[in-house]
Amino acid sequence: MNVRFCGFGGQGIVMAGYITGSAAVRDGKKATQTQSYGSESRGGACKSDVAISEEEIYELESEEVDLLVAMSQQAYERYIKTLRKGGILAFDEDLVTPKKTAHKLYKIKATDLAHKKFGREIVANMIMLGYITSISGFVSKDSMIQTILDNVPKGTEKMNEDAFELGHRLGSKVK
Amino acid sequence: MRHKYDEKKIRRVIGEKVQFVQGDASAVYGALLAGCSFFAGYPITPASETAELMSKLLPKAGGVYIQMEDEIASMGAIIGASWAGAKTMTTTSGPGFSLMQENIGYACMTETPCVVIDVQRSGPSTGQPTEGSQGDMMQARWGTHGDHEIIALSPNSVQETLDLTIEAFNLSEKYRTPVILLTDGEIGHLREKCVMPEKGEFEIIDRKGPTVGRDKYVPFQADESLVPSMARFGDGYHVYVTGLTHVEKGYPSTSSAEDHDRLVRRLVDKIEKNRKSITMVEKDYQKGSKIAILAYGASARPSAAAVRKLRRKRKKVDFLRLITIWPFPNEEVRELADRVDRIYVPEMNLGQLVHPIREAAEGRAKIIQVPRIGGPLHTPKEIMDAMRKKA
Repeated sequence: MNVRFCGFGGQGIVMAGYITGSAAVRDGKKATQTQSYGSESRGGACKSDVAISEEEIYELESEEVDLLVAMSQQAYERYIKTLRKGGILAFDEDLVTPKKTAHKLYKIKATDLAHKKFGREIVANMIMLGYITSISGFVSKDSMIQTILDNVPKGTEKMNEDAFELGHRLGSKVK
Repeated sequence: MRHKYDEKKIRRVIGEKVQFVQGDASAVYGALLAGCSFFAGYPITPASETAELMSKLLPKAGGVYIQMEDEIASMGAIIGASWAGAKTMTTTSGPGFSLMQENIGYACMTETPCVVIDVQRSGPSTGQPTEGSQGDMMQARWGTHGDHEIIALSPNSVQETLDLTIEAFNLSEKYRTPVILLTDGEIGHLREKCVMPEKGEFEIIDRKGPTVGRDKYVPFQADESLVPSMARFGDGYHVYVTGLTHVEKGYPSTSSAEDHDRLVRRLVDKIEKNRKSITMVEKDYQKGSKIAILAYGASARPSAAAVRKLRRKRKKVDFLRLITIWPFPNEEVRELADRVDRIYVPEMNLGQLVHPIREAAEGRAKIIQVPRIGGPLHTPKEIMDAMRKKA
């Protein structure tokens, strides 16, 4: 299973990749996570790849991914060609306008919800993580939540967990 | 510096036994487990995470962390601290590694154990800070001037980064020489599962101390191992340390061909004569293969993927991965060249190790470069495509 998170720096793309890979290892699987970003810390193009497998992983950056999570139009346009036929595209519908392609499309207003429900756009990545955990089932929900709680700044655990749960609920409705 | 290796404390500082961490972090864990008690460095992408984590963990483990004004000073500091008895390390990337070269030569000449981790990035000059590369393979060998041998290792995973960092400390203590860990931005920033080895699962080697009294100690006199015992500054032994050519007592001898020849040959021989025990490779050969992939470090990952894909298509292919880079595994490469007709060498540079590979193969097999620069790793397809084109 190969997942690619993409967007711009500052959206928590690398964090989303890290949480996913770490949760997969918690599930007892093998996982790798790579990241690619420019020297600028915010605003530049950013992607993070996660590979999850029962076996040894040799391909760190997959030529073809099963799930593409797009958080910006620029990133979508750059990476949509790397999503395999029939693969899942999950995207923030306020930030990405997808073209007609042979993929399963799942849209969510992650950033808008993060702003409206939590007053913090930064948790959009947690909403997205909950959403894709629900629609794809590639990592267990328990491991995801535990990994989130272990890694977010102290005092923000509940907000992050709630954001994840919100995404998860929305995902289970569209499944 | 008197540092007591407190395993309990070190493990407490490192945290959980199984972690999902970057290669840069596992290098720090390896250093702590090996007994590193002094770190001096200057942060640089993609090695900054090593310095950041060291600054948090090393003082808690009882060691000293200093952020220096630059890489020249960083290298000087770890040499000085090593003479004070500490196991020392610095970390950097290409531009900083260039600045360290003069003092790396000084460490070779003065036989100072120390570890340098170079998390290679795309160059020359400041190049592409966040993009990995294998551009310093030759700089590690010949970046400093004059005849010398060097030991350099290259990991292909987060776990191996930890394991080889421990090995780097052990080799540097055993042979009294700087040891370079040539990792890169891809492995340094890669996150993977990393398991902390238990006591007994790894060795810790400490440098030999003087075995005679202060009046009889000759600081650069070696026994048959060719490695002299090392007195610690402050213990009262008379030690004179200089980068100039020196006699066994340590004093300069700058115009005697015999003295220079004796010293430099010993410095070379103490590594060269132990080539067998220093060399580490991973071999995966198939009977009847006519082609092979030879890789190292990060590019060994897509290479291994290409090997698996080819074998699934029932193609026979040999795979050799170099773990020790310097001294160069000549024998192992020659053995491979005897087995196959063509050896493909994917490197994240425009051709560095392909040269000693060609030299070692002595024309027994055709050596074909598969170069890639500018960041992302080779794809397995790219390697397989290169192999399809009959060179």
